[in-house]
Amino acid sequence: MTANAQTQVERMLALVPYLRDREGIPLDQVAKDFKVKPAQIVKDLNVLWFCGLPDAMPGDMIDIDMDALDGDGVVRLSNADYLNRPLRLAPHEALALAVALRALREASGEQEREAVDRTLAKLEQAAGEPVASAAVIDVHIDPVDPQIRAAVDLALRENRRMHLRYYVPGRDETTERDVDPMRLVFSEGHAYLEAWCNRVQEGRFFRLDRMTAAEVLDESASPPANARRKDLSGGLFQPAADDPLAVLELDPAASWVAEYYPIEERTDLADGRVRVALRFRDEQWLQRLVLRLGGAATVVEPTEVADAVRARAQEALANYSGS
Amino acid sequence: MIARKSERLMNLTICLLVARHFVPKHRIRQAVEGYHDLSDDAFDRMFDRDKEELRLLGVPIELGAINKAFEDEPGYRVRRDKFELPEIRLEADEAAVVGLAARVWQHASLAAATSQGLRKLRAAGVPVDESALTILEPQLAANEPAFDPVFDAVTQRRPIEFDYRTRGAGEPARRHVEPWGIVSWHGHWYLIGHDRDREAARMFRLSRIEGTVSAGEPGGFEPPTNLDLRALASSLAPPQPHSSATVRVRSGAGDLLRRRATTSREAVDGWTEITLPYGDEAALADELASFGSDVVVTAPDEVRAGVVRRLAAVAAEVAP
Repeated sequence: MTANAQTQVERMLALVPYLRDREGIPLDQVAKDFKVKPAQIVKDLNVLWFCGLPDAMPGDMIDIDMDALDGDGVVRLSNADYLNRPLRLAPHEALALAVALRALREASGEQEREAVDRTLAKLEQAAGEPVASAAVIDVHIDPVDPQIRAAVDLALRENRRMHLRYYVPGRDETTERDVDPMRLVFSEGHAYLEAWCNRVQEGRFFRLDRMTAAEVLDESASPPANARRKDLSGGLFQPAADDPLAVLELDPAASWVAEYYPIEERTDLADGRVRVALRFRDEQWLQRLVLRLGGAATVVEPTEVADAVRARAQEALANYSGS
Repeated sequence: MIARKSERLMNLTICLLVARHFVPKHRIRQAVEGYHDLSDDAFDRMFDRDKEELRLLGVPIELGAINKAFEDEPGYRVRRDKFELPEIRLEADEAAVVGLAARVWQHASLAAATSQGLRKLRAAGVPVDESALTILEPQLAANEPAFDPVFDAVTQRRPIEFDYRTRGAGEPARRHVEPWGIVSWHGHWYLIGHDRDREAARMFRLSRIEGTVSAGEPGGFEPPTNLDLRALASSLAPPQPHSSATVRVRSGAGDLLRRRATTSREAVDGWTEITLPYGDEAALADELASFGSDVVVTAPDEVRAGVVRRLAAVAAEVAP
């Protein structure tokens, strides 16, 4: 968190009414709610201690019980009756919140949608005009088969194991597996179930529109104790460091690959071509990507993949010869 | 010295907020600690900067005429009803919803704006629970470099120009657009607006905007009333299926294609012949080529030729 004065004033304008309402709250709790270190809150309090009414005499300043702060680690603030409400939402804050709620609305199942709508309505009322301008951002999530969605919602709500028929596009293969659902994540326009897969004994993301069947079993979900929800801050699909590396050269027509997949290295070549390095877990996936790019991409490494994909194209062409 | 400046900005805010009337500048200079020992010029400069910083935070500082008793120097004030967050009461389930909203943005400045908004709600006594382990997590990332400038241009109604690369085309072309809004559509961010060169509404994928986005004056255009981004997106988005192709799929392969098929019949040797609706011929040929020898196109000729051309190009590829 940067320590510039604007940020500090912004925080203090919320901190004063917050503390007025919570006499004797532990410093650690305050820091947690404001997402800063306790030392930062102490700095804020030391500034507030010098703030007060115009022409303030010492007794007119905001009062902070420094003994309670030093001794018991709790915050007591008084003599700030004129700051009993926080500043209203700035337009960009109201907009960011409203769009987040809209995304949540798009992602919600039938059961939660009503609560999201009520919240949005109240927020709009409190924020006033700025949220009206939230019409300038919209988030659309592709709809999925309502039966599949209902099954996933039920399994999550009741913490039950599921049996999935799941299509793996990289291998063009439909698989059967039992999974223990953990949460439903929406990213880049698609819904994914994060679940512990009992077949591969790993946490995986399953795209809902690739489930051909989803059955909620009677057994309860019991992911192993070491099953962790993936940290999504780096995106849903982060290649593992030990996945093999492929080097591709892309024509301009295939340059979308460099923005669509996580790229490790990128070199600009002549004529708008680029050379990229990306990690792949599944060679089938890489082969299918190159076939799809129809000559706009060349596999430089690994050479075995280059050979295999060339052979696959020749084999496919044989289907068309003589007809 | 950050603490001194924060203290001055707080005291200035309080001074203007508790005043019943507009406060003239010389009174502010006396009343707010930090302005006392400055030269006239230095005070003027510092006061102007402070006002501007507070306005950026959303503190509504008004300028107005003071009654005659104070000569005719203008004064400043902050109206409490415009300063304070209005009353908002949330039920337990609504508070949980707000807590979920805190996790949606993966984009730095919008995540920060959301957090700041939530702090204000919490300061107003709204219980916001951000710690609950949830089963529903929508995520909004915005990694495109053009996102921030386009977002600002939309909210400030500034016309913009930028270089735009269309799919498959070589050189990017300069576009002049009145940005009406931004929409996340099939997982990508798009700008929707009035294209001044083509004199029509257009949709631009933010990831295809190259270089800097130059913006004109704020309020430089009027967006349409009753703007419906979703309806616009669906009418401007890539074409809906209008044609159909006949393809043969090998036994055990192409389940995803089979699910989209409008007709399906058994052919010889375990192959299935299916009919696939499509809108974009090139996109279909890309997809069908990816199945290699497991899918064969029967008709129409353009799709068949497109797939053959792709396969032939890959088959002829020689490593550089």
